[in-house]
Amino acid sequence: MKRGRDSVAPLWGEIVKLRHKKVLTAYLFLSIPLLFFAFIRFYPMISAFYMSFTNWNIISPVRKFVGLSNYVGIFNDPVFMISLFNTLKYVLYGVPSVIVLSLALALLLNNVTKFQSFYRLIYVMPYITPIVATSWVWRWMYQKPPTGVINNFLSFLGLPARNFLMSTTEALPSIVATTVWVEIGYCVIIFLAGLQNIPKEYLEAARVDGANRRQLLFKITIPLLNPVIVFLSVMETIMFLRIFTQVYNMTDQGSGGPLNSTLPLVLYIYQKAFKSFDMGTATAATVVLFLMILGITVLQLKVLNRRVQY
Amino acid sequence: MARSDRMVKLVSYIVLTALAIVMIFPFFWMVLSSLKPFREIYRPYLFPKSPTLANYQKIMSASLFPRWFLNSLIVALSTTFSVMFFDSLVGYTIAKYSFPGRNIIFLFILSTLMIPTEMLIIPWYVMSSRLGWIDTYWGIMFPGMITAFGIFLMKQFMETIPDDLLDAARIDGVSEFGIFWRVALPLVKPALASLAILNFIGNWNAFLWPLIVVSKPRMYTLPVGLATFSSENLMHWELIMTGATVSTIPLIIVFLIFQKQIIRGIMLSGLKG
Repeated sequence: MKRGRDSVAPLWGEIVKLRHKKVLTAYLFLSIPLLFFAFIRFYPMISAFYMSFTNWNIISPVRKFVGLSNYVGIFNDPVFMISLFNTLKYVLYGVPSVIVLSLALALLLNNVTKFQSFYRLIYVMPYITPIVATSWVWRWMYQKPPTGVINNFLSFLGLPARNFLMSTTEALPSIVATTVWVEIGYCVIIFLAGLQNIPKEYLEAARVDGANRRQLLFKITIPLLNPVIVFLSVMETIMFLRIFTQVYNMTDQGSGGPLNSTLPLVLYIYQKAFKSFDMGTATAATVVLFLMILGITVLQLKVLNRRVQY
Repeated sequence: MARSDRMVKLVSYIVLTALAIVMIFPFFWMVLSSLKPFREIYRPYLFPKSPTLANYQKIMSASLFPRWFLNSLIVALSTTFSVMFFDSLVGYTIAKYSFPGRNIIFLFILSTLMIPTEMLIIPWYVMSSRLGWIDTYWGIMFPGMITAFGIFLMKQFMETIPDDLLDAARIDGVSEFGIFWRVALPLVKPALASLAILNFIGNWNAFLWPLIVVSKPRMYTLPVGLATFSSENLMHWELIMTGATVSTIPLIIVFLIFQKQIIRGIMLSGLKG
């Protein structure tokens, strides 16, 4: 009895000590990562906001607070407005194409059993290769008739030659096509995983009730896939909003040409920051990009929450 | 019913194969072009008449491609090991320890996912030029040493480890770090492998930040080197395609070896929605 009571106190002490030790261990484990997130992620973000209100450039680092004048400046800059408009075009052409094509592909893949992973493997290859490499390959394929393999194929089909990247109207859609080719693999994998998560009983039950293929697809499969469609649309929208590498590598001297017809927002930011060294203007443009991405993400959360209701 | 099923299957295979050819063709064209001598490169036929490896010799001896290859390897491997270690350590700590501020810390880390890289690049550049990080490996690597997404992922997997297992190790006198390193980490190997490979690919392919933080050609990564080399040799498509092949082949090899982990990693990244 006595012994038992004596041993309770040190045991309590042990537990408290252990708890302290665990708390201290946790903080120790988190110390470097927290410093990292504070100094490499959080502080630069604040810094970018701050810089967008100054007239700072890297050559003469005299910071002066200029209020909203960088923002007024970019919205009065025709080149910025072109880049904003082009970015919206990338999103509007690109996102529906990627989603529709990859959904169709995933549905087809879901029909077959043999070679399914083989096809998936081939579709995802462009997604994992360096965009710089694929951009140059496509730039080579988009060349004029005697050398461009796509134009040769068109003439083989009896179709007229196209200018592709050399034309102010065709360059942007050409870059979108390359990007769609890159992104399809990613979306097919996610769609396929979503399709395989749909309980077979739902489809069986509908089939027993006499639903045909089209009804199964539009009344059961696609509605159940809705969260995946929303998720991928948001991911692809953000990806197209941030488009840079393809444009830099597929246009002459990375200019976003011809005549700014392919210039996206991020390339505008790059040119302002690292060609004209106008950090104030460039950071103001990054804040605009940030707000657009934030808006899309909030919209996604709202839409997804609404879906959960029923 | 069975007949129409067979029809659907047949049509599916035909369409899938046609699209597979479209997807794979640019790779064929890249490799075929890299095997053509310069006098054949502007000729409109698919296969080289006199295939040659001369372009590869040229690229390996007369350009900095071998060096860029090495740079990319160093950068991609170092960031991947760092991400594997720190992301799993943080994920483990948040999943398995209770301490004041745990939820706030987790939310703080997750909230950094909202910040687009493009917004941070200018402050990073200013920071790097002040601290002398321009044209260094550290300068290229530091933004990717720890990732919020990886932490989120590892936390999910660490949560599935039973506490009893960790407590048993504690009673056996294993140190707190030892429990993480020798008990928890081996249990999440598959997830860790997927995270590692996707990170390797991402860092191998990264373009915007290396383009900005590096100005000396000797410090270029492969994508930056390829972009610069290509715009300097615009008429020599056979060399550009050779460079593109050289930067793609290692990834195709990694991909073929680790395809399971890659596909799973992509699926996991889709789960975060």
